[in-house]
Amino acid sequence: MNTATASRYAAEYQTIAPKLPGQSLPWLQTLRAKALEQFSAMGFPSPREEEWRYTNVSGIEKKLFVPSADLTAGDVNAEWLKSYQLQDTWVLVLVNGHFSAELSVLDGLPEGVSVMGMADALAKQPDKVEKYLGAAADQAEHSFIAFNTAWFTDGLFVHVPAKLVLDKPIQLLHIVNGADAMATTRNIIITDEMAEVKVIETFIGNDSAYLTAAVTEVFVEQNADLTLYKMQSESEKAYHFGGSYIKQARDARFTHHNFAFGGLLARSDVHVDLDHASECELNGLYLGIKRQHIDNHTRINHLKPYAISRELYKGVLDDRARGVFQGRVIVAVDAQKTDSQMNNRNLLLSDDAEADTKPQLEIYADDVKCGHGVTVGQLDEKSIFYLQSRCVDEETARNMLTFAFANEMVDKVKIKSLHDMVLEQVLARFPQEGVNKEWL
Amino acid sequence: MLSIKNLTVNVNDKQILKGINLEIKAGEIHAIMGPNGSGKSTLSHVLSGKGGYTVTGGSATYQGKDLLEMAPEIRAREGVFLAFQYPVEIPGVSNIYLLKAALNSIRKHHGQPEVDAMDFLTLVKEKVRLLEMDEKFLYRAVNEGFSGGEKKRNEILQMAILEPKLCIMDETDSGLDIDALKIVSEGVNSLRSPERSFVMVTHYQRLLDYIKPDKVHVLAHGQIVKSGGADLALELEEKGYSWVEEAAA
Repeated sequence: MNTATASRYAAEYQTIAPKLPGQSLPWLQTLRAKALEQFSAMGFPSPREEEWRYTNVSGIEKKLFVPSADLTAGDVNAEWLKSYQLQDTWVLVLVNGHFSAELSVLDGLPEGVSVMGMADALAKQPDKVEKYLGAAADQAEHSFIAFNTAWFTDGLFVHVPAKLVLDKPIQLLHIVNGADAMATTRNIIITDEMAEVKVIETFIGNDSAYLTAAVTEVFVEQNADLTLYKMQSESEKAYHFGGSYIKQARDARFTHHNFAFGGLLARSDVHVDLDHASECELNGLYLGIKRQHIDNHTRINHLKPYAISRELYKGVLDDRARGVFQGRVIVAVDAQKTDSQMNNRNLLLSDDAEADTKPQLEIYADDVKCGHGVTVGQLDEKSIFYLQSRCVDEETARNMLTFAFANEMVDKVKIKSLHDMVLEQVLARFPQEGVNKEWL
Repeated sequence: MLSIKNLTVNVNDKQILKGINLEIKAGEIHAIMGPNGSGKSTLSHVLSGKGGYTVTGGSATYQGKDLLEMAPEIRAREGVFLAFQYPVEIPGVSNIYLLKAALNSIRKHHGQPEVDAMDFLTLVKEKVRLLEMDEKFLYRAVNEGFSGGEKKRNEILQMAILEPKLCIMDETDSGLDIDALKIVSEGVNSLRSPERSFVMVTHYQRLLDYIKPDKVHVLAHGQIVKSGGADLALELEEKGYSWVEEAAA
């Protein structure tokens, strides 16, 4: 651990602390103080920690990213913003860690749906925020969560009341705009009993080195249904930490689609707690080029019987890129009849690309069905020859197979506008030229 | 159509084909029979350009051109079609897309414009009916989740649409039940023409009950040890392979 970094950040903290939201809330002040103490003692996570062993964040430590105390949305390029703004959705925009009501589109939200910036939520309904903040993300877990808790400047708060089925998705658009900027946001999404919601998190930034450190806490109440999409398209120079911590109540359903495209170094946490007969599906696609390092960490806690989990993460790695997948499934002693399947597939397109994959099953119950599989490999020569024998040249055959491999995950996105946006991102970042979406 | 002269092929420094000579004229069907390990599959792979084989001598001339010099996709565009013994599953690429891409690259190779979308669909649907396939197969990923028989039918469907000049059929009948064999054979027979030749590599004589060959060759230990007419297949059926192997030894 680098204490110098921690003390630099601690000094920096003193200047911004008075401007952080929730000054008048003793519970939050206590929480932040504890978190800062923890971060100061630990610094950023080190590869010595088991769950960070493949990811070295010293690149973040060497810099000092500076948070912005206020919203400065004025210089966001409107055209650029629009290109990431999905049609037919409600949109909440965060710029450099601050909610911008001006850039957000919230007309016609059904009555009872509560959608606002986190600073506003702390001002208007602090008791509700207190109930949820820190209830899914444990800051003792690792110091990024502690860092986020101490520093968050704002975030988004979404609460959908019971039985409400939202007919349009909600898009949470995170923008970072500026060199050495830091966007530390805390987000809360609550889906009450029987409600059905689709939420899309989009992370973008201008072409500079900045830090995103976002923590999203998600609560899917009894028999509710939440689909959460994450499209991480940060700048190629950026550092990204994004953690989603999900608590599912009895019979709740949660689906996550995790697309990791950007970032020089990007780490994603998806941790799910499953109650009785709840179901989760975790899908992921990471595309690494140049010297990108993309780490996906998932944990599924089967706490009660009859829950079902399905997980498929796929990675395509070219150049000197490195992909990391660490997937843990923990089946508690009374989580009988658990049904769990975890898979990670990696395609290496260059000799210098690397995939580190580590699936872990920890099973303490005795009547369960759990499986896992991982592969790290190159394109199948038999498939290439088959396509060649059907008139397709070798290079096109390779592109076709690679694209088809990745597209399986894109195809799972059922929101048309998002599907098309993700597909464009895949095609734009695809290592090869001449990739054609009509292949599929 | 195809002239093979004294072809020798190694796999990992081991000689598998030890001087093959074969003359196939346009419109002819040649059956190549032989026991397991005789080099039958090696021959069909070498002709279609699969990697992992080293040609150490001899030649294969296809329509006056050096076949062995061409990349696999060029052979395919020139009209050589390999029906695979084990068709490969290609998840994520739809059957109909591959058919269209293949057909268009053949047309492009010959300086023709791309096929009209409606004409293509009409053509495909006609051939699908001929092979008694479900149209749904067109929109599924290539061979993914197909049964053994469905995969073989899909090979013949591709052949029917691409209209190759030289069809190399590698163990097409293995794994087929009698009904599927009849459908596949009808598909092949409907493609017979004076301009098209077939090389049928098979272990079993049964296929030849449905597709009558002009010539039958017996391959053993990397060499053609006996050639004859359709009757030779019946003789093999009756006596097994040992008598030709012994006779050649």
